[in-house]
Amino acid sequence: MNASPLLEVRNLETYYGPIVALRGVSLAVRRGQIVVVLGANGAGKTTLMRTISGVLEPEKGRVLLEGADITAREPDEIVRRKVVHVPEGREIFPLMSVRENLLMGAFTRTDKAGIATDMEMVCGYFPALAERLDQEAGTLSGGQQQMLAIGRGLMARPRLMLLDEPSLGLSPILVKEIFAILRRLNNEQEVTMLIVEQNARTALATADYGYVLELGRIVMDGPAGRLAASKDIQEFYLGMKEESPRGRRRWKARKTWR
Amino acid sequence: MDALQLLVSGLANGCIYGLIALGFVLIYKATEAVNFAQGDMMMLGAFLTLGLNNEAWMGLPFWVSVPVAIAGMAALGYLLDALLLRRMFGQSQIAVVILTIALGFILRFVAGVIWGHEPQSLESPIAGMDLRIGGIVLGLDEIAVIIVTLLLTGVLWLFFARTRLGLAMQATSQNQLAAYYMGIPVKRIHSLTWALAGAMAAIAGILFATKGAIDPNSGLLGIKAFAAAVIGGFGSLPGALLGGLIVGLVEPFAARYIAAGFSQIMPYLILLLILVFRPDGILAQVRQKKV
Repeated sequence: MNASPLLEVRNLETYYGPIVALRGVSLAVRRGQIVVVLGANGAGKTTLMRTISGVLEPEKGRVLLEGADITAREPDEIVRRKVVHVPEGREIFPLMSVRENLLMGAFTRTDKAGIATDMEMVCGYFPALAERLDQEAGTLSGGQQQMLAIGRGLMARPRLMLLDEPSLGLSPILVKEIFAILRRLNNEQEVTMLIVEQNARTALATADYGYVLELGRIVMDGPAGRLAASKDIQEFYLGMKEESPRGRRRWKARKTWR
Repeated sequence: MDALQLLVSGLANGCIYGLIALGFVLIYKATEAVNFAQGDMMMLGAFLTLGLNNEAWMGLPFWVSVPVAIAGMAALGYLLDALLLRRMFGQSQIAVVILTIALGFILRFVAGVIWGHEPQSLESPIAGMDLRIGGIVLGLDEIAVIIVTLLLTGVLWLFFARTRLGLAMQATSQNQLAAYYMGIPVKRIHSLTWALAGAMAAIAGILFATKGAIDPNSGLLGIKAFAAAVIGGFGSLPGALLGGLIVGLVEPFAARYIAAGFSQIMPYLILLLILVFRPDGILAQVRQKKV
């Protein structure tokens, strides 16, 4: 049982109409890990998340949760299996209060006592939300909305959280804060995480393992430390400049995997 | 005391417009489709009650006919969505609109075949009774309409603010994608919203048929209710009721004080003015998403 990873994606191909968004993606997330998928705009990151959470149906390939096939199941069934998608761009319920938003996160649960305890747990991690439980969610700042989206996801008591660009549109300090909280949740609440990100520096510093997604394909993977040390990652995702023997920066975008 | 009587009858009419408008807005908010058969569902709900209740038809007791008709219309609404509208998912909005317009024709035809085209009134316990206070005579039916609408508004408010299902309906209408991510069964919520709109239509129809006569074309009242929903702010539930009350109140006063021929266009004139000066309606719920 423990041999199979918590989440395994095998050779996933997903289309948006005639456009291929994923061209055979395979990856694995082990219990307790934070796994990050790096990729630029249009690499297929959001498509990957939506295919796992059942909002999109793949053309080919399989999604396995602890070895059980959950490919293209209804999204509510996937949440009931304790896999929660925290969407990009916040995507909260803007006219409902913070409390109501959090309660919607627990929609698939019926244990009232457990929901109340988890509400307190979420408020403990995000004091900014605790102070604003009765405020309309649409009036929160961008960072608070991101915290609400994560908190709302936690309310389902997930085993696996799918986080779509938690750093999007946030200031560097807030990004640090959010990732620190994610790390703590991973340690203290034993939430396994699959994060897709453009912000490679912070993501690799937080994660255990990383994949690089380009134009719908996984082009590189490895432990987060090794990826962060790789020349290609440093140049194309971390923006570090390297002096070439001719004293000039490589001007052509040539990567070792091309 | 002429004005008071006009006021009460205007409010009563306005409540009925408001209830139909609520049905429009409920479905629009949840599914982003406009159900142009809402008025005809109101008519069908009225005929269903009348068919169960009136001596000439089945002659069941009034208090049996009413809940049966409401439940029947709720079931019809649920099935319409589950069997028809759900299949239209992903089609253009205009296809859905045309489907609901066609549906309206079908409902009118079916009602005409079953119950005939002659205007009929619902034989309710309070039909034709008056309430006399001093020198004023008010129709008990009109007072009943206003009271029932007030109660119903309260019940709806509690439902949306306090119950799990009501909150899930709100959530689905505010952000459908996020509702999917939370594990809310969005498709079933859509069908349940149609069921709720069906029940609302039945209640509006019962009130309408208590107050006056209905025939299969009474459903065309839906157009006025649609205007009311737009005036109040399409997408706002309180707005729908408010819009209904405005249209309802304007009509009798315009008929009394403005020359015939002009008075009938007053609701639409207000609609035009609202669209020009406050295009989102009076109680618009528009909020930009933060990035």
